This record gives sequence, structure tokens and C-alpha cells, in this order.
Amino acid sequence: MFAEYSMGELGAIFAMQGFAGLILFSVFVLMALGLAIIFGQMGVINMAHGEFMILGAYVTYLTSNLFATYIPSLFSIYFFLAMILAFFVTAALGMLVEWSMIRHLYKRPLDTLLATWGLSLILQQVYRSVFGAREVGVTIPEWMMGSLPLTDMIEIPINGIFVMVLAVGISTAVYIMMFRSSWGKQVRAVTQNRVMAGAVGINTERTDRLTFGIGCGVAGVAGSAFTMIGSTGPTAGQLYIVDTFLVVVFGGAASLLGTIASAFSISQAQSIMEFFLSGSMAKVLTLLTVVGILMLRPQGLFALKLRK
Amino acid sequence: MLLKGNRFFSTGDLVAFAILAVLIFVILPVGLDTFRLNLFGKYLTYAFVAIGLVLCWGAGGILSLGQGVFFGLGGYCMAMFLKLEASSPEATKIQSTPGIPDFMDWNQITQIPLWWEPFHSLTFSLFAVILIPVAFAFIIGVAMFRRRVGGVYFAIITQAIAAILTILIIGQQGYTGGVNGITDLRTLKGWDIRTDDAKVLLYFVNGGLLFVCLFIAQLIRKSKLGRILIAMRDQEDRVRFSGYDVANFKIFVFCAGAAFAAVGGAMFTLQVGFMSPSFVGIVPSIEMVIFCAVGGRLSIIGAVYGALLVNLAKTTFSELFPELWLLGLGAVFIAVVLAFPNGLAGLYKDHVEPRLLVIFKRKAGDDSSTEDFDAIKTAAE
Amino acid sequence: MSDTPKKSIKTMEASRRSVLMGGTALAASLFAPKFLKAADYPTAAVNTTGLAVTDEDVTIGILHSITGTMAISETGSVQAEKLAIEQINAQGGILGRKIKYIQEDGASDWPTFAEKAKKLLVNDKVASVMGCWTSASRKAVLPVFEQYNGFLYYPTFYEGLEESPNVIYTGQEATQQIIAGLDWVAETKGAKSFYLLGSDYIWPRTSNKIARKHIEKLGLKVVGEEYYPLGHTQFNSVINKIRLKKPDVIYAIVVGGSNVAFYKQLKAAGIDMTKEKPVLLTISVTEDEIRGIGGENIEGAYACMKYFQSLDNPNNIAFVEEFKKMWGDDMVIGDVTQAAYLGPWLWKAAVEKAGSFDIDKVREASPGIELTTAPEGYVKVHKNHHLWSKTRVGHAKADGQYEVVFETAELVEPDPFPEGYQ
Repeated sequence: MFAEYSMGELGAIFAMQGFAGLILFSVFVLMALGLAIIFGQMGVINMAHGEFMILGAYVTYLTSNLFATYIPSLFSIYFFLAMILAFFVTAALGMLVEWSMIRHLYKRPLDTLLATWGLSLILQQVYRSVFGAREVGVTIPEWMMGSLPLTDMIEIPINGIFVMVLAVGISTAVYIMMFRSSWGKQVRAVTQNRVMAGAVGINTERTDRLTFGIGCGVAGVAGSAFTMIGSTGPTAGQLYIVDTFLVVVFGGAASLLGTIASAFSISQAQSIMEFFLSGSMAKVLTLLTVVGILMLRPQGLFALKLRK
Repeated sequence: MLLKGNRFFSTGDLVAFAILAVLIFVILPVGLDTFRLNLFGKYLTYAFVAIGLVLCWGAGGILSLGQGVFFGLGGYCMAMFLKLEASSPEATKIQSTPGIPDFMDWNQITQIPLWWEPFHSLTFSLFAVILIPVAFAFIIGVAMFRRRVGGVYFAIITQAIAAILTILIIGQQGYTGGVNGITDLRTLKGWDIRTDDAKVLLYFVNGGLLFVCLFIAQLIRKSKLGRILIAMRDQEDRVRFSGYDVANFKIFVFCAGAAFAAVGGAMFTLQVGFMSPSFVGIVPSIEMVIFCAVGGRLSIIGAVYGALLVNLAKTTFSELFPELWLLGLGAVFIAVVLAFPNGLAGLYKDHVEPRLLVIFKRKAGDDSSTEDFDAIKTAAE
Repeated sequence: MSDTPKKSIKTMEASRRSVLMGGTALAASLFAPKFLKAADYPTAAVNTTGLAVTDEDVTIGILHSITGTMAISETGSVQAEKLAIEQINAQGGILGRKIKYIQEDGASDWPTFAEKAKKLLVNDKVASVMGCWTSASRKAVLPVFEQYNGFLYYPTFYEGLEESPNVIYTGQEATQQIIAGLDWVAETKGAKSFYLLGSDYIWPRTSNKIARKHIEKLGLKVVGEEYYPLGHTQFNSVINKIRLKKPDVIYAIVVGGSNVAFYKQLKAAGIDMTKEKPVLLTISVTEDEIRGIGGENIEGAYACMKYFQSLDNPNNIAFVEEFKKMWGDDMVIGDVTQAAYLGPWLWKAAVEKAGSFDIDKVREASPGIELTTAPEGYVKVHKNHHLWSKTRVGHAKADGQYEVVFETAELVEPDPFPEGYQ
């Protein structure tokens, strides 16, 4: 299929395709990080993860409207504030959910699945009642929507770079929090042995709530960032849920590094196959490969401990 | 007396079976017009899946989020047979290739694909309804349980399988009917399944099959196998150390669940008159788990009520408060999980059954009629 | 926003209108013999098949998804149908009877559609149904309508390949929508090569099939054809492929949430549609979709369909004004919304021509029905139950509206089973 193109063109296309793969990788990392904390560290199957992301997107939408109406002069930078707001709003909702629902279910992980599925139905309906059934259009500042032309053929989308920087930034932040701070130690202690952690004086309830909140907050930031590349509607969150869970499980649920590695391999596989095959088949093959590998290596890529 | 318990059916079980039988075979058919009865028939097809889930999840501790796959495969096998029958050369003479299903014609397929051919035979199709989903479940089961994948991981992988199958069916529309599914099914061996008489008859066939499945499920639960399952759910390692091959039991129960779901799917196709990928995917699969959870994940009879009630609520709420019913539905799931983890069956067992037992035993003049209420209640628990 | 009309506006409007109507009704009954009175059409005569028709009113069904993923698209249709019903009632109804409607929620779930359709026909005995949106929902209800002899007005542009005696298709079938647009882009933009792209289901696939045949008939080239699963949100790979193949036209039939992702990513990748290199031609993005995509992200694209909100004719100006009055100023109206609005009016015309609500008579009366008051202009029902209509090309502007740059001179004949395109 490449006979008719010059080397220069091919080089450019492969460079762009590599970049597309990296963007997809960043998107997967952003989607999965919040869930990696909630599911991987806490063992809670949060089926409402997509809805938390969409909450972040709606917060961004509201912020953009606010800026457009009251302080249009600062519109070009509203996005940063929107992301911070998205983090806090979703984190607050997450903590509320943890307090009212999740904390009763730590001993029954499969039940968290049902309860959070119920929660996702409720959130969808709330979004629909508040924002309407139609998708809302989030206006992105003009400077973020363009592209940087490197050569004639190669153009780098700015929002792609933005998503990548964000993915790196948030991964680093989460890594530091989980593995370099005393809070992270507490979280890990609580997940590994709740009773013992309580006995040595860790406030397990507070740790749980904060962890869940931060996981949701990260989802909110991801949702906020995705307004640049995707749609914002009441049911848009459901589009992400399978991919997100697969990325986390494939990586080995308890390992953050695994999540990143799995996001990388799945995104590269998908992006390469999409280029050579048609979109639907690429998706099927990617999913099949992931499921196939998971059958051979159920503990995921980077498992610390498993085998039940 | 009739309702005296035995090894497989306690008196309480018999009472519950009898009440359900009266409801399905007497009260509903007498009380409802054909239209509503057909609706209930549709709800009951989900009960097959829910019973299977009680075995896998409630007893075996294996939560599958991909039961829609088996429901769908069973349904598609049935639909393929019916579609071939509905696509006689006379009925499809306006097509460019008469005699093939309409969606194939629209996709420039001029010949029935080889793997469709066997579905001309009703016998083959009926076997396929059960065997194809079971074979598929067997492959998944062997691959997963032999490698000791369990719990959450199993749930998520089955979910991914549901997603894959949906995309495949939709993508291969020339062979599967795509997103529209296989529609406009008319007759079964010349017998028009769309008439009211046919619907009533199908309802009773459906109810009969449901009871067959209920009996099988009850036997499995009360046999040694059932007890090993429960032991596995609670302490898998100890069962393994006692010398049992845990994986085989899991594979068996997963296949049984798949078979039940497939029967439900086939009955769904017959009663509703079409099959589409929207019963295969993730959302329907999770909803099926919810029927089971609402009914009570430990009780096969509860699962039937769960399927009936959730679907009834869905229909009623969406008729009365179309914009609010999702809120109500969501709240019910959360409430069931938080407040009534054993669902309706749990409520029944704690509050209703002990009283019923007292009544039945008194009437029967049973020796145990001297037992006081509390003792029976404790026994029931 | 929501499905309930803005209360204050509605009641205010209604009261004002009823005062006005009192006047006009009086005037009409004095001067205009056309104004039909129920007394001239006794119920026993206009309804011999036991439909829900009384001396005062006639009941019809509205069957769309208010919940689930399709609610996004179907809300507009429900609103348009309610507006048409209200307007018809304000003019005195049909054969002197007010229209009452029973609304059911299909919940984006096909068996639910079939179930509710059956309820409307069997339990409620509705005289007609305005409803459905996706092909799958129509396919699911079709056997029900044929079995119980109901009458459905279906508003969406769709893939064709269907001609049911129990359905009037008020949207365009695929050839009507596609061929004129391709001719236009080949002629005015000198396009030689096309890249076909779609969401993976029957409508985009069938439409692209017709498009490909027509492109090849014109002696032009298709350089790529590709489908993505519904709900797919990552289009960077296909954008790269497009870049490599350098087509003159991207022919996009992406739907739903994927739409938003596709156009945002296309823009971010530096493909500026206003430069028309390549030209982007779509048949799936109405003004409704642009609200989600954002006008600035799709500016410069061309869409080919029969109706745009910006159409400049008196019917449409009045329609847009009434629609906004009833549902709020921030509403936009897309092709399907307008087609849904035609449903009740076409039914009214057919009933009045038949002088009866009986479905067989309405069906017989339907071919040849003309509507001069349609917002899209003059339309006529073909004997294959589709509408003769003009096809137009709109040029997307940053404010989310289309500017009409082309319209066919004549009405395009509907051809649901096109010879040579299958």
C-alpha cells in the first residue's frame, strides 16, 4: 500500500502516527489513573468512573460560560482554572459517595459494582435534567485548538501536546503521593490490611475517603481535558468504561507502573492496527489480544501479588 | 402431605415453588390480556439468565458481566432459523437475490453463507441454541478458571468479551444483520408466532422451560456439587487443599449458567420476534446481574421475582414518569446493595417464610406444629 | 432543554392564542367553509375500526427515546411534533377534533420500542404514531405496525431499502440525500477523489455504498473507505490516513458522540475545513449536532440534506419563530426536527382528504398529498410513501448555522430501492 509514496511522505506519516499513538496513550493514562487508584489500590469497582469524568467536563463547560460572560479578557486561560475546579468538585462528590455508600461495602467488592452502577444511572439522569439530553459544546480557547506545523507534512496538534503534558504531570503527582508521601504509605497500609492499619493508629476511614476523593478528582481532571477531544453529554461517560477497566486490569490492578505500561501497549497496538486495518476490526483485534493475554497471564503485566 | 420436604426440596422450597407456579401458570394468564402476558413472557426470559447467575455468582462466587453473550448467542441461533424460514423465495421475491435474508441482500451477499446453512434444520438449531453458548462458555471457563482468574478480574474480562462480540456483530452486518439485528421473524415450521394464540402458547412453553431450569438449578444447589460450590465461594483454598479440582466445578457451573441464559435468549427471540446486538453488550449484561441482585443472589426463586419486578418497574415507571425512572432505578440498586444484600429473597426468608411455615404445618397437623414460631424461624435461617 | 415546554411562555402563549383563536375561529366559521366541524363528520362514520376517536378528540401516539443514548437526538423530534399538534389544535384540529397525544419512551432500547408500539396500537388504539429515530428502532416496530395495521410517521433520513404500507417516511432516503450532493461537489469543487468514512452501522454503510457507486459512475475515485464503532472517540489514525491519501473530499457519515471527537480532532490536526483542502462533505451533521461539536470546530464544512434552519422562506421563518417561542430561544432546528414537524401535518392532510381516520383509507389517501406550508418548502408524498423533496447543500458557519449554497432545481424523486446502486 505504500509503493506510491515517497520516503519523505512515509517518514512523515510514521512520525505522525507515532504521535497519534502517544496521544492515545496519554488519553488512556488519564482515563485509567483515577481508576487505578480506586480500583487498583482500594479494590472498589467504580462503574461510575465515566460519570465522574463527565462531571469534570460539565464543570469545564460551566467555567467556560462563566468566563465568556463575565471575564472574557481571561478566556484564553480559563482552562487551567476549570481543571482545578473539576478536580475539587469531582473529589468532593467522590468523598460524599464514599461516605454514604462505598464505606459500607469494602468487604463486598463485587457489590460496589452494583451500587456504583446505580450511581451512574442516577448521575446520568441528573446531568440530563440539569444540562439537557443534548451534548453541550465546550468552547476551547483558540490557542489550544490549533496545530504546530513542523514540516509540510508533519503537524502536531497542540491539544495533543497538552494532553500529554497533563498525563505526565498527573502521573508524576500520583506517583509521588502514593509512593513518596506518608499519606501514600497509609493508603497502601490500609488496602493491604485494614485492621492492622487501624491498630497502628492510621485513621482508616479518613484515608479511604481521601483516596476515593482523589481518585475521582483525577477522573474529573481527565474529563475536563477530554472536552478538547471528545463529546460532553449525559451518557458520554459510558463510552470510556470498558477501555478504562481493561487498561487497569491489563496492567495488573495494584500497580501504577503497570497501568502506565498497559496504557502504552494497548494504545500503540490499537493505533498501529487502526492504520493498517479498518477501525472496527482494529478495535476488535485490540480487545481480543488484551483478553487473550489476560487469559494467559491473568495477573496482568505488572502484578505484585495475586493468584486467588 | 404434598408439601413435605425431602432431600432436595425443603418444605419452604416447595411452598415457594408452588406459589411461583400458581403465579406464572394461573394468576398472570387469567389476570392479564395477551399483550401484557406477552410482556411478562419477555420478562421471564430474563429470569433464565438470573437463575444462571444465582448458580454462578450467589453459589459459586463467580460474577459474570457477560451473560448477555450467552443470552444473545442462544437468541441468535433461534433467530437464524426463523429468519431462514421467513426468507422463502416467495416472501422475498422483491429482492435482487430472492430466498436469502433481507439484510444479506442489502449487503450484496448473493448466497447464504456456509455457516448459516445448518440453521435450515430446526433440530440442529435447537441443539445449537444450547451447545454453541455452552461451548463458548466452556472455552472461556477453561481458559480462565484453570489459570485461577477469579472475582473482579473474571467480571471485567467477561465484560470485555461482551463488548467484543457486540462490535463484531455490528461490524459484520452482511452476516448478522448488524445493529438492526435479525428482525421480522414470522413462522416456526409454518406456525405463525405473531398471533395472540401463539403468544399465549409460547408463554406457557416459556413458563414450563423456566420450571425445568428451576428444578435443575435446585438439584445442582442441593447436591454435593452445590455444597462444594458454596464452600469454594467462601474458602476456595481449603476446598482445593481437600483435594477437589476447583476449576472443574467452576467451569461446570459457568456452563450451566450459560445454558440457562441461552434458553432464555431463544425464548426471547420467539416471543419478541427479533434479536439484536443490544442484548449482547455490557449494559444488558449488567442489568441481568441486577435482576439477580434485586431478587436475591442466593435464591433461584428470588431471581425470577427479581427479573419480573425490575422489568415491571422499568415498564411502569417509564410509562408514568419517563424522565425520572432512571433515578428511581438507580436508587433501587443502591438500596438493594446497601440495605438488602440478599434482595427480595432475603426479606422473604426473614419475614414471610417462617410465618407461612407455621400455617402450613398447623394445617397439615404435622408433628412439628408444636414447635414454636421462633424455632422454625431459626431453622429457616 | 428538557422535554417540558417553558411553562410561563407556554401558558402565556396559550392564553393569548386562545383569545386570538376565539376570534379567528368565529371568523372562520362564518366566512371559511373549509373550517371543519366535528358535527359534519360523525364519529361512527369517520372511525369504523375502533380507533381512539371521539366526538371531541382523536388520540395519536408519540414514540421516541426520552432516556438513554438516543435521547440526545430524539428530543428535537418530540418538540417539533408537539408544536405541530398544538398548531393543528389551534386551527381547530382534524375533522373538528382536537389531537390528544400519548407519549411513550422507547428508552433507546429496540424491544422497548416494539413493546410501546404494541401498547399504543393495541391498548390505546391510537390513530397514528409519530415516532422512531434510528433504523434499528424502526425495524423493531415495523412488524408490529404491519401486524396490527398501525400508521407510523418516521422522521429520520435513512438508508432506504424499505417501503412499508404502514409507514410514511418524512425524511429523505439515501439516494435523495447523497446523489445531488456528490454531483454538486464534483461540479463546483472539481473533486476527483473521495475518502469515505462512517460509524459502523447500516445507515453509513448503505449510504457509502450508494456514494461509492455514484462516484464511480461519475468516473471519479474512492481512495479510502472506513468504519469506526459507534461511540469511538479516537480518530487520529484515520486523520493520518486521510493526510496520506490526500483526497479532494472527505465524505463523513460519523454519528453521535463520535462526531464531536472527529471534528475536534480534525481541526486540532491542522486540517482547516475553511481552506477546503480537502473539502469536507457530511450527511450526518445537522444544526443539532453542531451544538455539541461547536461551530468553530466545523466551520467550513459542507452538509447535504433537505432542510437547514437558515432557509429563507416565509414558512420556515414562521416555523423557527414558533418553535423558539414554545421551546426557548436557544433551540436549534435540524433536518430531522423539521421532518418530524411534517408528520402531524401530513397526517392531517391525509385524514381530511380521506374524510376518515380509518387507517386503510388514510393510507390510500396519502400518496399525492401535498404540503405547501412545510418549512422546507413544497413537499409531496410519493406512492412509495416517501416524500418528494429538494436537496440542499449548506456551508457551516462559526455560529453553528448553515448557509445554503445550493439547492436542486426540482424536487428529487425518492427511490428507496435504487437500481444500479445495490
